Amino acid sequence: MTTVSIPDVMRILPELILAGFAILVMLFEPFVPAGRKRVLGWIALLGVLVAGMAFTWAPPNAGMAFSGSIAADGFSYFFIFLFLTIAALALLGSINYLERDNIHHAEYYALILFSTVGMCFMAASAELIMIFLGLEISSLSTYVLAGFRRHDPRSNESAMKYFLLGSFATAFFLYGIAFVYGLTGTTNLVDLAADLAQPGKWSTLTRAALILMFVGLAFKVSTVPFQIWTPDVYQGAPAPVTAFLSTGPKAAAFAVLVRIFLGLAGPSGPAAFWVIWISAALTMTVGNFAALLQKNVKRMLAYSAIAHAGYVLVGLAAAMASGSTEGASAVLFYLAAYAFMNVGAFLLIAHLAGPGEGRTEISDFTGLGRAAPGAAACLTVFMLSLSGIPSTAGFFAKFYVFRASVHAGLIGLTIIAVLNSVVSVYYYLNLVVTMYMREGEPQAARTPMPLPLYSAIAASLFAIFYLGLYPNHFLLLSTLSSKPLP
Amino acid sequence: MLERIWLIPLLPALGAAFQFFFGRKVKKSVVSLVSVGLPGVSFAWAIGCFFALLGRPEHLFTKVLYDWWPVGAFHLSSGAMGNLNVHVGFLLDPLSAVMMLVVTGVGFIIHVYSIGYMAHEGGYYRFFGYMNLFMFSMLVLVLSDNFLMMFVGWEGVGLCSYLLIGFFFHRRSASDAGKKAFVVNRIGDAAFLLGMMLIVVTFGTVNFQAVTEAARSGHYPILDPTITAICILLFIGAIGKSAQIPLYVWLPDAMEGPTPVSALIHAATMVTAGVYMVSRANALFMLAPAAMALVAGIGAATAFFAATIAITQNDIKRVLAYSTISQLGYMFTACGVGAFAAGIFHLMSHAFFKALLFLAAGSVIHALSGEQDMRKMGGLREKIPVTYWTYLIAALAISGIPPLSGFVSKDEILWQSYAGPHGHLVLWVAGWVTAGLTALYMFRQIYMTFHGTSRVEPEVEHHIHESPRSMLAALVTLAGLSVIGGFIGWPDLLGGSDRLGHFLDPVFENPVPVALKNYSAGREFDLMFLSVLIACTGIYVAYRIYVRRPEVADRVAKSFGPGYEILLNKYYVDELYDALFVNRVKNIGNAASGFDQYVVDGGVNGVGWTTRLTANLSRLWDLYVIDGAVNVAAFFTKLMSYPARVIQTGLVQSYAWLIVLGVLIFMGYYLVHF
Repeated sequence: MTTVSIPDVMRILPELILAGFAILVMLFEPFVPAGRKRVLGWIALLGVLVAGMAFTWAPPNAGMAFSGSIAADGFSYFFIFLFLTIAALALLGSINYLERDNIHHAEYYALILFSTVGMCFMAASAELIMIFLGLEISSLSTYVLAGFRRHDPRSNESAMKYFLLGSFATAFFLYGIAFVYGLTGTTNLVDLAADLAQPGKWSTLTRAALILMFVGLAFKVSTVPFQIWTPDVYQGAPAPVTAFLSTGPKAAAFAVLVRIFLGLAGPSGPAAFWVIWISAALTMTVGNFAALLQKNVKRMLAYSAIAHAGYVLVGLAAAMASGSTEGASAVLFYLAAYAFMNVGAFLLIAHLAGPGEGRTEISDFTGLGRAAPGAAACLTVFMLSLSGIPSTAGFFAKFYVFRASVHAGLIGLTIIAVLNSVVSVYYYLNLVVTMYMREGEPQAARTPMPLPLYSAIAASLFAIFYLGLYPNHFLLLSTLSSKPLP
Repeated sequence: MLERIWLIPLLPALGAAFQFFFGRKVKKSVVSLVSVGLPGVSFAWAIGCFFALLGRPEHLFTKVLYDWWPVGAFHLSSGAMGNLNVHVGFLLDPLSAVMMLVVTGVGFIIHVYSIGYMAHEGGYYRFFGYMNLFMFSMLVLVLSDNFLMMFVGWEGVGLCSYLLIGFFFHRRSASDAGKKAFVVNRIGDAAFLLGMMLIVVTFGTVNFQAVTEAARSGHYPILDPTITAICILLFIGAIGKSAQIPLYVWLPDAMEGPTPVSALIHAATMVTAGVYMVSRANALFMLAPAAMALVAGIGAATAFFAATIAITQNDIKRVLAYSTISQLGYMFTACGVGAFAAGIFHLMSHAFFKALLFLAAGSVIHALSGEQDMRKMGGLREKIPVTYWTYLIAALAISGIPPLSGFVSKDEILWQSYAGPHGHLVLWVAGWVTAGLTALYMFRQIYMTFHGTSRVEPEVEHHIHESPRSMLAALVTLAGLSVIGGFIGWPDLLGGSDRLGHFLDPVFENPVPVALKNYSAGREFDLMFLSVLIACTGIYVAYRIYVRRPEVADRVAKSFGPGYEILLNKYYVDELYDALFVNRVKNIGNAASGFDQYVVDGGVNGVGWTTRLTANLSRLWDLYVIDGAVNVAAFFTKLMSYPARVIQTGLVQSYAWLIVLGVLIFMGYYLVHF
């Protein structure tokens, strides 16, 4: 029988605070008049900030908690901070969006917080059941969020597809966990690693279990061939939700992938590595090439999100091949850099798409450079960063991943990755060219950015340039954060 | 003071940021206050830093701000391990100090001038935003302590140059000129980048001091092939930026930009970046005599060639553009014969008088409501006297009339190209003849513009007015500098002590002997006399032709016939490049874009997909074989994206099947391979 101790509780303090605030938002919702719902948005944001500050209040409390099911270490702290940042940016970018489109219900804020709690548990857990619970908490919230524009068929379609296929994929993950438990008698990753490290412990079934778990997570990070839902869902979901969806849950699933694959698959020989290698190559290539033909901005960015998952997998492959922390730290760096540019881009598009998100075709952005120079300039920076132009975060993210993979001897994969990033420049710059060099009147909204959104965009831009001009601090942070990994 | 040297580039950057964010909303007076004030403070700070530097016994100051690219350990080409850690840092030594003062000083003056000149133009804030951004980039270029950061500034000034040439973007010729400058510069930049990469793998560092130290250590022999390659690549970079043969074609077209831009970027500062870069890498060049000979040869050839074109041009700014190319040629000649200090000296005095010429030309254009054709000028002397007198001073300076600055610095170059360690009589003759041509085309310009009878269009005539005070102040200040600028490098022969040369000496102190060939002082005096003589001859010829008997000009032109035509058409180099490169590239581009469209259309119909693909492929083959240069990559790219679109049906059931398929494939693969 386990007992709950104070240090244990302190180790999940951020999650507890988030959940508490989420419940608070739900409780207050009936008492807040319809026109004042944004107060609840600010409360949710306050919750995120308080959760972030919980780290500084609590004494240094790294270690295992709740009988080894929670691993409070640098790795989980890194991700929790990342999720909190993403949540804060998404909240800031949502407030005016919800008001504009008359879907201002406070559940939105609560769901964002709940989803963040789930993601935090995914990253901070060393126990497969706990990871699964985190995955479900996070997923169920996002299913609802994807359909939040409930009078919009596209949004309904998005939620339905995401829910059906998500449940389908999660079943694989759960199936894998069941196999693992049946074979080894434990679901704790530390025990499991110790158990599987003994010679002869790997059987066909353990391998199958590993693949099943991989599939469940690969769905969340949308790697080929499990990416198929991504464009439809990202396009249909409200753009601020897409901003959240394409960064938070993706990073959380990567955190689990890194923990499982670096922790367990090491002894299983090179085959697990090749699964990652092939996934990486396929994902980058399919994502980038499919993005080339897109006419819709959200859809284009959805394919771009797929491609970026491929780059992160390159980092994971490097980490598996070399065993050094360079690969893992590159993965962490990449996920953070990617979060800033993608959240920024989607939030900005949410604004530019106008009421009802009617303007999301690339052609709607024609001539925006003259009509709304500020917004166009910001969007240009996001595109440049996504394509990896130097002096932006995207450049160093790619640079560190490629460097790690070269050092790990993965020359072939690096070449594929570099060629892919050359291809990607085409469609990112296409948007920039459309905004600045095509003649025409933009259809996109030209209303000035509201202050909350403005601050979210400004924060993203700051982060992009900070990481792009002065990457050392952050690289050090991501290197330290990947130290707890084997 | 020195510890905060980063303020010097930062202040103009803040100005640019201000214009970018708020420029459109604030009043013009605020725009000018911010954008002229900040470079002004920057200039003051630069002066402070200069005196602080003088106070240091070794005349050297370095400041590392932070680590920028911690690349880490890697193998050098020699097999040894290198550890590359590029930082953002500043190097202030005599060379960068001179550049810093020129850039901030002349830059500030031109900013002041622009207040008046741009007053009636649209996009006032945009102009000043770009100008400030340029100042920032240029200062990063000259103050950085390593090649990589210098390259950032190098690209930055290129970008600003592009933006400012195309400032009047609604004019087709202006935006074309901007593009031309950008594309031509890319060629040089690529070479610079390659040279820098070679430096990294050879020396394991990009820090100026470290590279210089390694080059002077005696470890590398003279004529070392790698170093020669580095030098040639760096020099190609300089050719692009400083508009030398064969990459000079963009500079005359760059005159489409507003005149203050021509003065600041295309005369005084940016185009001299190549000279600065070669001087900065002097330790490498001293190890590569072959590259030095190339530098000197290209420089002298460009000086002569551009001067001949300048004689026949009728656009007041184009004459000055070719003159700039020619004067840059002088500077490279100096670098090529190992007289880097003389090159930098001429860079400085040229910055004064050429900026003045442009600004005065701007004042003329301003007075004539935008007229730039010298055939429609004349007799302006009395109407705009301040402009006339300052123009005259600058023209005398560039022609090399003692004791003006141009005389001192040009004569130093001529002497060094004759008597320097790498000097040669041919170089001197080229420079000497060019000096005569310079005087000729300058005074042709003076006489056509300011003397004789007025050929100004009647409706323009009564608008003629002297420029506002802010512009005249800039002219007078620069005129003063053009007069006295020479005295800081006054040669020993004439009782001076060449203080600038001695100040710069530590930067150019190479173990390789640089002693002059053994000539007597009398020889130097003779040459000096000859160069003054040819300058006076040039002026006299111009006077004879364009003042005394204007009708002679046409007769001379006719009697030279085809020769004159060739000069007037700038040796047809633009046409040659069009035929050789530009049209080829355009054809390839057209073929590729036509092709893209075909392929895209072909893909719309999903039913006939396979058939059409075959058709596309065969068509691809046809086109490929016939044209021989079709852009295959674009086609391949589009082709690759079809399968993804075919799978993306939108049906959840098929998506689920795909996932199952993926599971099976991965599991099958993983289970089989262990």
